[in-house]
Amino acid sequence: MNDATVNRLTLFNFWVAFGAFGLACFFGMYQVLERSGLFTFLQSPAAYFASVSTHGVLMAFVLTTFFIMGFGYHTAARSLRRPLWNPPLAWAGYGVCVVGVALAAIPLLLGKASVLYTFYPPIQANVFFYLGATLLVVGSWFWCVIMLVMFAQWKRDRPGETVPLPMFATAANALLWLWTSAGVALESVFQLLPWALGLTDTIDVGLARTLFAWTLHPIVYFWLIPAYIALYCYVPQAAGGKLFSDVLARTAFVLILVLGLPIGFHHLYMDPEQGAGWKFLHMVGTFAVAIPTLLTGFTVIASLEMAGRKRGGAGLFGWIGALPWKNPMVLAAILSLLMLVLGGFGGIVNASYAMNAMVHNTAWVPGHFHLIFAGTVITMYLAVAYKLWPELCGRRLYSVDLALVQLWGWFIGMVIMTTPWHILGLLGQPRRISAVQYNSVLTLSWEPYELAMIAGGSILLASACLFVYLLYKTQTAGEKVDAREDAAADSNHGAPAWLNGFALWNRLILVLMVLSYGYPILQFFLLKTHSPTAWGY
Amino acid sequence: MSRLEIDELERKWLSVSLAMIGLFVGAIVVTAVSQGVHPPSHVETIDSASLHLSQEFAEDKLGVQPTPLADGSLQVRLVAGRYGFYPREIEVPAGRRIVFRMASMDVLHGAHIPMTNMSTMIVPGYVSEVVSVFPKPGEYPMLCNEYCGLGHDHMWSKVTVIAQENWREPATGGKQP
Ligand code: HEM
Ligand SMILES: [Cu+2]
Ligand SMILES: [Cu+2]
Repeated sequence: MNDATVNRLTLFNFWVAFGAFGLACFFGMYQVLERSGLFTFLQSPAAYFASVSTHGVLMAFVLTTFFIMGFGYHTAARSLRRPLWNPPLAWAGYGVCVVGVALAAIPLLLGKASVLYTFYPPIQANVFFYLGATLLVVGSWFWCVIMLVMFAQWKRDRPGETVPLPMFATAANALLWLWTSAGVALESVFQLLPWALGLTDTIDVGLARTLFAWTLHPIVYFWLIPAYIALYCYVPQAAGGKLFSDVLARTAFVLILVLGLPIGFHHLYMDPEQGAGWKFLHMVGTFAVAIPTLLTGFTVIASLEMAGRKRGGAGLFGWIGALPWKNPMVLAAILSLLMLVLGGFGGIVNASYAMNAMVHNTAWVPGHFHLIFAGTVITMYLAVAYKLWPELCGRRLYSVDLALVQLWGWFIGMVIMTTPWHILGLLGQPRRISAVQYNSVLTLSWEPYELAMIAGGSILLASACLFVYLLYKTQTAGEKVDAREDAAADSNHGAPAWLNGFALWNRLILVLMVLSYGYPILQFFLLKTHSPTAWGY
Repeated sequence: MSRLEIDELERKWLSVSLAMIGLFVGAIVVTAVSQGVHPPSHVETIDSASLHLSQEFAEDKLGVQPTPLADGSLQVRLVAGRYGFYPREIEVPAGRRIVFRMASMDVLHGAHIPMTNMSTMIVPGYVSEVVSVFPKPGEYPMLCNEYCGLGHDHMWSKVTVIAQENWREPATGGKQP
C-alpha cells in the first residue's frame, strides 16, 4: 500500500537525519571541551578541525537534507491526499544521498577532509569528499523533481482549486533548493572536482567564493522553510486555534523564495574580489528578506493569541498563560520564536554592510547561527518528529513529559551556550579556532565564557540523547494505536493565481539572479586573475 | 479575490516592518554616501605565487612605509602567509589614518584587530585594502580569522599603537622593531 511506502520512506530519511544529529552533538561536545583549553590531553588541532568539519557537514548538510526530504514526502502525500509519485525514483534519490554521505564520511573521519563544511579552496580535501558532497546534492534533486511533479499534477487535476498551504510551501522549497544548489553545483563540477582529480592545477578562488556565496545564503531558507511550515500549519491547530491568515502565510513563502536568492554577498562583505556597489545591492536585499520573517512572527503569534483567548485567557498577556504549554508542538513554537527574536537582533548586526567588520568571522557568527539554526530551526524539527513519529509507526509517543523536558533542555542549553559565544565574538575571538593562547591579555578575558559554553554544551548533548532515545522507544515500545491523525491544516479557499503557483516568481528570480550575479561572475572571465595551486592544511 | 482583503492589524504590522527595514537601510545609505563608509572592496589582482618578486610586496618593501600618502595617511604593507602576518610586529601612530594593503602568499586568511573595524579577508590572487584609525595607544593583536590550516589557531601578529607625540616615521620600509 502506498501509505506504507510513504511512511517507510519518511522514516528512513528521518533516521539518517536524526542519527547524524545525535552523532554530531558528540562532536560538538568535544569541540567545546577542546577549545576551552582546560583539558590538555584533548588538545589537538588535527582532531579539532576534523571534528568541526564532520560536525558542520553532519548538521548543516546531512541532518537538514534528509529531514527536509522525509518531511516533504510525508507532506505531499498527506496534504494532497494522493499517492506518492514514482516511489522508485524517491528510493533512488535516497540511495544516491546515502552513498554520497558515506563517501564523504570516510575522508572526514580520517582527517583527510579537514576543510570545514564550507570547503574554501585553495585548501584541498581528498577527492572523495567533494564527490560525496556532490552526490548528496544530486540525490536531493530527485526529491525536488518529485515534489514539483506532484504539485503540478494536483493542480492539473483540480483546476481553479488552491493548493494546500503545506504543499505550496514544500514546492516553494523544492524550487528554492534547485536555484540555491546550482551555485555550489557549478563550483563543484567545474572547479573543485577537476582540480581535486588533478585535471587542472589551479583554481580561481574568487569565482569559487562567489559561487559558494550564491548557495550559502538561500540554503538557510531551505533549512528554515520546514520550520515555518510547522509554525503555520501545525502550531495553530495544536494550540487549539486556527491560522490567522492563509494569504499572509503564502505571501511570506513567496517572498522568501524570491528575495532569499539574490543576496549571497553579505557573506563576502569583507572580501576583496567583489566591488562595494554589488555588496551594497545585496545588502538591500538582505534587509528586505527580513520582511517575510517579521510577517511570520506576527502571524504565528496572532494565531497563538487567538487560541489562548479561545481557551479563556484574558487581558493583555493572559492568553500566553492559557496556551497549552504541555503540548510539545506549542512549547517548541514558543521557544523557537523566543530564540528567533534574540537571533534576529544579531542578524541585523551581521547584515549591516560596514558594521559587519566588527563581527565578521568572530565567534559571534557561530554563536548567532547556533541560536537561530540549531535553536529556532532545529527545535521545530524536533517538534515535527514528536508529532509524526506516532503517525509513522502507529504507536503513541513514549513519553510526552520527557519530550517537554527535552525541548526545555534544548532551549536552556542553547541560551547558555550561545550567549557567551556572542560575547567572545565581541571580545574578538575568531571563529574556528581550537584551544589557543595568543600570549595576549585579551585571550585571558575569554576563559570564563568558554566555561559557560561547556555547561551549555553538556545540557544540549543530554537533551539530544534524550530525543533520540524517545524516538527509538516510541518506535519499539510505544503503545500501539491506530493513530491516523488529520493532515496538517489546509485551506482550500481561493487564493489568487499568483499565490498558487510559481511561474511568475520563477521568471522574476531569473531576472534578479542575472542582475545580482551576472557581472560579478562574468568579471572573473574579464579580469586578469591569477589562480593559485592546491594547498594542504 | 476577496481573500486578499488584508486585516487591519496585518496592514499596520506590515507598515511597521517596512518602516523598520527602511530605517536600517536608510542609516546605512546615509553613512555610506556621506562618510564613504564601505567594506573593503578593492578589486585588484596580483599573482600570489610571485609576491616576493613584486614591486610592492617584496620582503624589503613590507611594513610601515616611510613616505606618507598624499593625504597624509600612512601605508602599511603586509603579506599574510601560514602562519603569520609579515612583518610580525609593526608600530603605527594613534589617531592617524592607516591604509593597510595586504596580500596572501598561500591560502585564504582573514585579518582582524579585535574591537576595531580593521577587518578584511585576504584572498590569494587579490590585494586587500582596508583603512582604519586607532584612537587609543596600546598593544593590539592582529588575528587570523579565516581557517587556513592546522596552525590557524596560532596565526597572529602584533600591532603597537603609539601616541602621536612619541611617533617617529620609519626610515625604510620593512624590518620593523
Ligand atoms: C550539543 C550541541 C552542540 C554543540 C556543543 C555545538 C558546538 C559547536 C562548536 C564548538 C563548533 C565549533 C565552532 C568554531 O570552532 O568556531 C560548532 C560548529 C558548528 N556547529 Fe555546532 N554545536 C552543537 C549543535 C549544533 C547543531 C544542532 C547544529 C545545526 C543543526 C550545529 C551546526 C554547526 C555548524 C554548521 C558548525 C560549523 C561551523 C564552522 O565550520 O565554522 N551545531 N558547533
Ligand atoms: Cu546569509
Ligand atoms: Cu591564517
